[in-house]
Parts: sequence; C-alpha cells; structure tokens
Amino acid sequence: MHSFLQRGNALLAYTLSVLACLTFACFISTVFLNYRTDVDISTVRIVLKNIPDYSASREENDLGFLTFDLQTDLKHLFNWNVKQLFVYLTAEYETPNNKLNQVVLWDKIILREENAKLDFKNINTKYYFWDDGNGLKGNKNITLTLSWNIIPNAGFLPNIFAQGSHSFKFPAEYTTSRI
Amino acid sequence: MEVVSLFDDVKRMNKRQFLYQVLSFGMIVSSALMIWKGLMVVTGSESPIVVVLSGSMEPAFHRGDLLFLTNYPEEPVRVGEIVVFKVAGRDIPIVHRVLKLHEKENGTIKFLTKGDNNSVDDRGLYAAGQLWLTKDDVVGRARGFLPYVGMVTIMMNEYPNFKIGVLACLAFYVLIHRE
Repeated sequence: MHSFLQRGNALLAYTLSVLACLTFACFISTVFLNYRTDVDISTVRIVLKNIPDYSASREENDLGFLTFDLQTDLKHLFNWNVKQLFVYLTAEYETPNNKLNQVVLWDKIILREENAKLDFKNINTKYYFWDDGNGLKGNKNITLTLSWNIIPNAGFLPNIFAQGSHSFKFPAEYTTSRI
Repeated sequence: MEVVSLFDDVKRMNKRQFLYQVLSFGMIVSSALMIWKGLMVVTGSESPIVVVLSGSMEPAFHRGDLLFLTNYPEEPVRVGEIVVFKVAGRDIPIVHRVLKLHEKENGTIKFLTKGDNNSVDDRGLYAAGQLWLTKDDVVGRARGFLPYVGMVTIMMNEYPNFKIGVLACLAFYVLIHRE
C-alpha cells in the first residue's frame, strides 16, 4: 500500500501544482489589460540656481527648483493582480552635453485603491533637479511626464506612460537670492 | 518495514539497471544546467533569474521574491525601470530603480539608482569615488515577478546543512526508485 511518505509527497505535489495553476491564471487574466490613463500636470513656480553639487562632482551645476500641480485618477488601474503602483514624475530634456536627460523629480508608492486618486496643488519635488552640467539655463523645452510601474502579485512589471504631459522652460538668468 | 521496502527496488535491480538510474540522475542535473544556460542565451542576461535578498525595494519586492531579467542591448535603460547591477567590491548584485539618466550623442549612458525603501540614492553603495553606473554594470532589467519562490534558495544558503540534506534526499530518491 501507500506509505506515509508517498501520501505526503503526493499531497505536497498536488498542492504545489494547484498553487502554480492559480498563480498562472491570476497572471494570464490581467496580462492584456490596458493600464494607460489621462493626467493633468502643470508647473507653478520655476527657479534656477547654479551651485556646486557636493553630492557628486563638486562642480557648479544647474539646479532647478519647481513646484507643480498634479491631477489624475488611478483607481481603475487596480485589480486582483496589482500589488502596488509606483508612480513617478520624470523631467525629460535635451542639452548640448547630453542627447537625452531623464530626472525623476517625485515619486509615490500606492498600495490601495482608496489612495489612488491624486490631486496635488503646488507641491515641491521630492528629489533635487540637478543637471549634468549647465544645460538647464535658458532651456526651452523641459517635458514633465507621469509614469507608473505596476508591481503585480505575479507577472510582468510594465512601465506605463500617462496620456498627457507638460512642457516648460527655465529662465535665462540664475536666481542668486535665497529662496 | 519501510526501509526494507525502500531498498527492495535496488535489490531487484541488476547492474545495468542501476547504471541506468545513475545515468538518468545525470540527465536531470545536465538538463537543469542546459535550461539555465539556454535562458542566459534567450534573455541576454548573465543571470536571468535572481532572488531578492534585501528589503530595500519594499513594499514592491520582499526577501525571497523571484525576478526574471532580460538584458537586450537594443532595449535602452530608462528612468523608472528596475535594474539589477553589480558594483566592484560587492559579490551580490543589487536590485534598485533608476532615478536619473544621462545619455550622450554616441549612446553611452550614465545613471543613478535608488531603492524604493531607501531615503537616499545609491552613491553610498557604489565603489569609492563612483558617481554613476554605466551599461556595463547592468546584469539585467526586471521584467517578471514571482513571489516567495526564492525563499527555498535563501534557506539553502543560510542553512548549509538543509541544502546538503535536500540534495542528498533527492539524489537518494532518484537513484533508488525505478521508473
């Protein structure tokens, strides 16, 4: 007859295969969903300084300060295979130094659907907007975009761009006064 | 009783059958190796599956979660992606998110990373004097996620006796049982 070990082995194998099937079903049921949505971004205050970046090269680099408004509703992105949204605001621009610059200015981790309606007015960036050199001064086209990285319970880790962006320019003069 | 019945199979085997068992054991080991090497070719990453070892990306990734990586040269690294990178002087690769990126005209990139659960960027983790990561430091980009499965390897690495025990049991089982 079947020994204790054999019974245990069969039970364990069956449990594991059921779990694997359920996980796969969870993954396949959400893999084709469209996670894009609209967003409104606008900048309120823009200040530009030129100071030594002691966190990096110690050379004088351009440092932008900005406050921004952000409105979007990400509630409908949540389903049973979304564990977390990592929402981040990126500034993208071109400088004589670099063909492409991307700097994340702000991010937010959203774990629950209740917290997924974002409405911010005049908030500060979370990270410093350091340029790699002096490319922000008089830069006419800085584009702010919002994106999110979806962390599932099991499955792919897509990075989705929101529909809608905001472009602004930096002043041609540095601000020397304290802000 | 049980032990006797376990070895019954072996007793009934002749030399050829026993050799066959040894060969099939070798087949299992070599096919596992082939799958791993094959994945390396398909994904372009030197380590296509990694286990998360620290809590620096919580709540997205916890200790013991499994990540599937790709590292295709034609896919550019962009801000917001989760990259796995190696730092000189550290044995264990780090899984963190790209925070800042600068790309030159000729395609060379330098970027800075940060763990979601850390309050500062990774410059303190890099080698002394290193301010940026480059493409060469990247082991892979996280594309897929599977929770908990990596716990087995963490247990095996932390309790070497457990590892030896599991491997010995498996080898024993394969050698002793007839198909």
